[in-house]
Formats: sequence, C-alpha cells, structure tokens
Amino acid sequence: MTHASATSTTYELRGITKRFPGVVANDDVNLVIRTGEVLCLVGENGAGKSTLMNVLYGLYRADEGELRIDGAPTVFHSPADAIAAGIGMVHQHFMLVPNFTVAENVVLGAEPMGRAGTLDIDRARTMVREVSDRYHLNLDPDAVVEELPVGVRQRVEIVKVLLRDARVVVFDEPTAVLTPSEILEFFEIVRTLVRAGRGVVFITHKLKEALTIADRINVLRRGKVVGDADPATATESAIAEMMVGRPVQLTVEKKAAAPGAAVLDVQGLSVVEPDGRTVVDDVSFVVRAGEIVGVAGVQGNGQTELVEALSGLRRAAAGRIVLDGRDVTHDSPRERHAAGMGHVPEDRQRQGLVVDLTITENLVLTRYHDAQFSSGISMHWDDARAVAKDLVARYDIRTPDPEQTASTLSGGNQQKVIVARELSRDIRLALAAQPTRGVDVGSIEYIHARIVEERDAGTAVLIVSTELDEVMALADRVLVMYRGRIVADLDPRAVSHMDVGLYMAGSRPGEAAGAGAGAAR
Amino acid sequence: MNETLKSLRYTALAVVAALFVSAFIIVITDIAALREGDVLTALDTLRLAYWSLFKGSFGSLRAISATITGATPLMLAGLAVSVAFKAGLFNIGATGQMLAGGMTGLWVGFALDVPGPIHVVLALLAGALGGAIFGAIPGVLKARTGAHEVITTIMLNSVAGFLTLWLLKTELFKREGRDDAISTLIDEDAKLPRLFWFMGKRIDLQAHLGFVVALGCVALFWWLLNRTTTGFELRATGLNQEAARYAGMRTRSLMVVAMTLAGAFAGLAGASEVLGLYGFASASLAGDIGFDAIAVALLGRSTPIGTAVSAILFGALQAGGRQMQVNTDVPIDLIIVLRSLIVMFIAAPLLVKAMYRLRGEAQSYGQTFRGWGG
Repeated sequence: MTHASATSTTYELRGITKRFPGVVANDDVNLVIRTGEVLCLVGENGAGKSTLMNVLYGLYRADEGELRIDGAPTVFHSPADAIAAGIGMVHQHFMLVPNFTVAENVVLGAEPMGRAGTLDIDRARTMVREVSDRYHLNLDPDAVVEELPVGVRQRVEIVKVLLRDARVVVFDEPTAVLTPSEILEFFEIVRTLVRAGRGVVFITHKLKEALTIADRINVLRRGKVVGDADPATATESAIAEMMVGRPVQLTVEKKAAAPGAAVLDVQGLSVVEPDGRTVVDDVSFVVRAGEIVGVAGVQGNGQTELVEALSGLRRAAAGRIVLDGRDVTHDSPRERHAAGMGHVPEDRQRQGLVVDLTITENLVLTRYHDAQFSSGISMHWDDARAVAKDLVARYDIRTPDPEQTASTLSGGNQQKVIVARELSRDIRLALAAQPTRGVDVGSIEYIHARIVEERDAGTAVLIVSTELDEVMALADRVLVMYRGRIVADLDPRAVSHMDVGLYMAGSRPGEAAGAGAGAAR
Repeated sequence: MNETLKSLRYTALAVVAALFVSAFIIVITDIAALREGDVLTALDTLRLAYWSLFKGSFGSLRAISATITGATPLMLAGLAVSVAFKAGLFNIGATGQMLAGGMTGLWVGFALDVPGPIHVVLALLAGALGGAIFGAIPGVLKARTGAHEVITTIMLNSVAGFLTLWLLKTELFKREGRDDAISTLIDEDAKLPRLFWFMGKRIDLQAHLGFVVALGCVALFWWLLNRTTTGFELRATGLNQEAARYAGMRTRSLMVVAMTLAGAFAGLAGASEVLGLYGFASASLAGDIGFDAIAVALLGRSTPIGTAVSAILFGALQAGGRQMQVNTDVPIDLIIVLRSLIVMFIAAPLLVKAMYRLRGEAQSYGQTFRGWGG
C-alpha cells in the first residue's frame, strides 16, 4: 500500500457500451481517470453513472469497449481483479458489520493471520492506526461500528479500500448521508487522498459539491458522456442544463406565504420503539393553512418516526395530533386520509406504491373505497381508468399506458404518481417525506412547483427532508430535528445553511467553533 | 397482457424442459434394452410411453373423464393455495382443510333428510364452511400473534388427520359392520351427479359435477381478484404489505379473509371427493392432493386461469401415467418425477432462462414465493 503514490497511473475506459434488456445503460462512454486528481461524475438517476462504475469495478462486463491501464488493455472478470489493479469502491450503502469493531471490519475478507491460522487482531489494529494517522482519519480501531456516526463509518470504508492498496477510490453518492459539517470534513479527506497521489472518482447529483471538490467534471445523460465542465469556470445551471438537456429552474419560485388558521396542531408527541428507545421526544409544532413548514435533520433523528406517527402508521406513546380541529391521535391511516391528510411517504417503493400493480391501480391505492370508484365490494375500474388517464396527463407522468405496472416507470415518474394521487384528493394537509429523493432534476422542479401551488391554494404543507437545500428552498419555516427533538424553529431567509447545519449536528451556532467536528466523532 | 404472455412462456418452457429430462430418464432406465446396446428400442419405449401418456389422458372419453376426475380436487385445492399466495401467505394446509370440508360435507350428506338437489347443495356448502373454519384458524393466529402460517398449517394438517381418524371410529360416522376407519355411505340424493350421465351408467366414466363446481370457483376467484375492492386489497397486501398498510388497508383482517377463502376452496375439494367420487370418507381422503395443490398453484402462478389449466395438466399426467404403466414398463412413479421436475423448473426461472438463452427479467417470477417473508 506504500508505493502507490510514487508513480501516476491512468485508467481509461474506451467506448464502453453496456446494454440491459430494453435499455442502453452506457452508450460508447469514454472516461479517463488519473491518480492525483478528483474526477466528478454527475448525472441524473438512471443516467448510467453506477453502471459505468460497476463496469470499472468488475461487477459487470461491458458489451463493447475496453479498459486500459496505462495504455495496456485489461479485462476485469470480478471485483477481485479490479481491487488487484488498484481500484477501490466506497458504496453508498456501507458494507460493514455493525457489531464488529473498526479493526475487525477493516480486515474482514483479508484477515492478517497469526501462527496456527488465528486472527492477528493486533496487527489489524496497527494497520488501521497507521492509515488513519497518515490520512488524518482520526479512527479508533477498537470502536464498535454501530456506535459510530455515519460520517465516521464512511471513514472506516475508506480505510478498508486504502488497506487493499487502492490507487483510485470511487465514491458513490458519498455525501447523501452526511451533515453539512461532515461533508466539509469529507472533502478534507478527499484532498488528503489526492495529495498523497491517489485518484478519486466522485459520483454525485449535487452540483454545488461537484464544483467545490472536482478537478474535472464529466456529465452523463442517458448513458452518454454529454460533456465536460471545468469547475473553475462552469456554473451550476450550465451543468444542470447539460444533465437534463434543457434549461432548468434550480431555485423554487414562490410568493411570500399567507398563513391562515392552524391545520395541524401537534402537542407533546412522543414515539417509543419496542426496545424502549424514545425516537420522537415531546415534539410540538403547528402547521397553518397556506404555509410550508420544513423539517430538516440528518437521517435517523426521528423524522421517519414522526411522519409515521402523524400518518397513523405508528402509535404515539404520548401527545396529541389535531387535524383541522379534530383529534386524530388514535385514528387509523384511513380515517386520517378521510379527515383530509395527503401523505407522500418517505420510501416510494416500500410504502408509496405497489410497484407490481398497474399505474391506474396505484393512482387509486388510497381512495379505491371512495364512492367514486366502488359501491359495496364492486370496483368501478372504468371510472378509475378515466381518472388515472386524467391524472397521468395533468401530472405529466411519462408512460405509454397507465395499464402498465408502476415498476416500468422511472423514479421521478413513480414519485409523480404518488404526488398526483395524494395532492389531487381534497386535502387540508399535505405531509411529504423526502418528496424528491432519487428523483431527476426535471421531476424535482415539477414536484416543487406542485407543492408550492398546493400551498397557494390554502393547504397546509409539512415537508420532511434530509436535503437541506430542498428544505431551505421550499419552506416558509424550518424546524430542525436532532435526536428526536425539535431543536430550532427558523426563518429560512434569515439563517445560513451553515447555521442550520450546526443545529442538525446538535450544537448551536455561536458556540465553540469545533462543535460540528465534535459531533461527528 | 404482455406480462401474462411472458409468464405463460416460462411456464410452457418449464413443462417442455421437464418432459425432456424425463425422456432422458426413461431412456437410460430402460435397462433391458440398453444392456443389449439397443438404443433404438429404448427410444421406441420412450415414444410409446409419451404416446400412452397422451392417449391415457385425452385419447378417449374414458381418458378425458379420468383426467377430469383427477383435476377436480387439484383445481379446488390449487385455488386454496393460490388465493393465499395472492395475499402473500403460503397455505400448506390444504390437506387439513380438505379433510375438514370432507367430513362436514359427509355428515350433511348422510345425516340430513332433505329432498334431492337441495341435499347436494347443502352438503357442498357444509364442506365449504367446514374448510373455511379450519382455514381461518391459521389466519387468525397469524393476524393476532404473528405465528407463521407455514408452521401452523402444517401442524393443523396433523390435527385434521388424527381428528378424522378418530371421528371415523365414532358411532356417528362409523360404517356398520366395519372395524376400520371407513365412514358410512352418504344418501343417494346427496351424491354429486356424474358429468357424463348422458352416456348411460358406464362405470368407467367417474367424472362428476364437482368439476363444474371447481370451474365456478375459478370464475369466482377471478371475479373476486379483478372486480372487487376485497380482491384489490388482497393483491396489494400480497405484493407489498407495507404499502397496503400505508394505503389504509386492514392487512391483518385480510389475512383472515384470505385464509378463510382458501379453506373454503379446499373444503369444497374434500366435499366434492366425498360427494362425487367415493360416496364415503376415509382417512386417506385427501391423499397427496393438498401438497400437489401447491405445485398446481406455483405452475399456474396463482392466477385463476393458470391454476385451472395446471390442475388439468396434473390430472392428465396422473390419468395418462396409469396408461403408460400398462402399455410400457415405465412405472407410474415417473409421473411424480415429471411433476417434480416441472415444479423445480418453475421455481428456478433463471435456470430455464439460461437453458433457452432468454433475455429479460425473470425477477417478477419469484413473486409467488413472497409469503416466506413472514
């Protein structure tokens, strides 16, 4: 692992084409990766970024094209070949054993053996410490992974690939799970890696980050490299236009809110897990008609549970939920729907849709029992189809036929199905969790516009998102959640992203400057 | 529609693959011929075997009747497995539900004294009811306590088996003058009429109106799935329970509904065997039908039409297998091998895909098995 920095290496993907049934995921892609620099790969979901990296990592075989390392054609038959050739990958979802220590995780699969084939954990510890010191990763080899914050777990993954001698480290959407201050620390690590002569490939859809860290930017669209951008001169909107293929509105346009009466009134709400942990802790807030309230926070701070409690999927341990003057604390999800709650759930594949049902069926999933669609147990599918056809047109759901299954839709269009279903009902409160997660830029623009429209029509809107940019852009009021509590109630126009980020990390702006870093440890 | 065609193709290919492997087995087990190095004779055995298989299942009215007779309980029991699959549950308890339905049907069949057609109908309904109650038990257990239906239905099969054995020895059910576990005969007017009654009293035409009942249940199942809110809820629950809950469906009650329906279908299977075929009950009334029904449902991908068609196919294999055994030295056990192979190829769509070098997603194919998640 020591000599990697001595010489520079060039990995070149030439004319890579990878087809899946019905799609060309990569179409004649050329890409050059060099050690000692950061290459950013940007593109929408489904643009082929992950496929390309899986080809590079030996998980897929390309149908056409070749890989050259320093000019010599090479074929990877498996990730083992790629690792041997100096390529390391940090996946979006970490591959760690939660109840193992850092050292144990790092050596998993390549354990240093003592005599008699026993695991030499001392050597593993030393190895972790060496790498950690060299790249300022600040890792304790004996810490148990499940007790570490996400940002630190990511560093464990980084040590893992470095110990396997990676000359190029590929990061797949590495910042999705990090707080703003953790992102800054992460960038510091990336710079250290590059200074040490390693290469970094950074896959992202966040343009701001690409511009901050990249030496070069390659834009992918529909499987093709459609352009390069120089981070020194390029702008966010120029890159976004390359990604989508048309000019995109990156900011949300909205008038000042005109809040009316309280629609959702939550008092002292708590949610307790079966194991006794309090995940939502005495939360109180109000959402008024005609305003968008955003809940910001790092994933895993109780937002999911809060939304489930509000929508009736989870029992509240304490507190009261009043919707439009009616106590719904003990109501079922269906009773809350009837009382005027529309709910765009956090995970569209797991909760929001039955992907193996048709688009029409999904469009009536929460309202098939209305008199409009059924009488007694008899379904009126003709009426459902008529409404579905109308919604598909009105909400710009791209499909040749609403009788196809929802699984045939792209992520963005799947999300539009949910948004169409929930917002087209007669609702008083729209509850939207991660409304644009994994959704392409074009669809984000559209969904945001719909949400603002709904607000202007007098609906109360509650947005829960881990994308701080989204909350800041959409919300008229921002609540920050940390460890199950609401720790701040802020005006997005009067507060900086960085300050909100500090609240998200559990500290208060103005306190010790190192607060963010401290929280990440 | 395209999806349906695609799945039909996989099913057909699985059957062809199974026939092919079975052919291989027939040839290499034709020891007598092979010892002489006489491959041609072995191949001729194969030709004769498959020809008898066809002759014995569809080649004559008698063959068709035999196919239908075998297919009737398989179709009803197959529906019992399919309806549970649709709701994401794995019903292994068709055997027990058949026994329950068979015994209640039997009781009404001999104990009640009502005029002709009403008696049959009441006996059938009693069978459905008995099966439904027995099927509801694992549904309630799962909804209330989370007990896995695979475990509870297997256990309840034993319960039903021994309960039947005991009942058959009680004064109420016992046949006079017999010491073994054979029930008394049902009334003549509680009998399900023969399907080919117009052919006179030929004893070799055993097919009975239970087949029509089964086809009616197939239609009912189709209507339920595609035209009712309950069917929509069942499908949504089976495909994605989380989403069904999110949509406000009462997924726990739906489990009970699905298992009750399953029990009713299986109960009808048991009752139609008693009322249409045997005229009495014995402990071996359900035989292997409850388990074969799982294969039927898998092969039919739990759809109404698919279940009906695969039940007929299995009935045909059974009927043709007997003929094959008579005409050649190939034992009827080969039919079990053949059926097992079909199920194996169905369960391994990737294998079929690889064999035929098909491109495309076989993923949705595993959907039937989702009941395992618990």
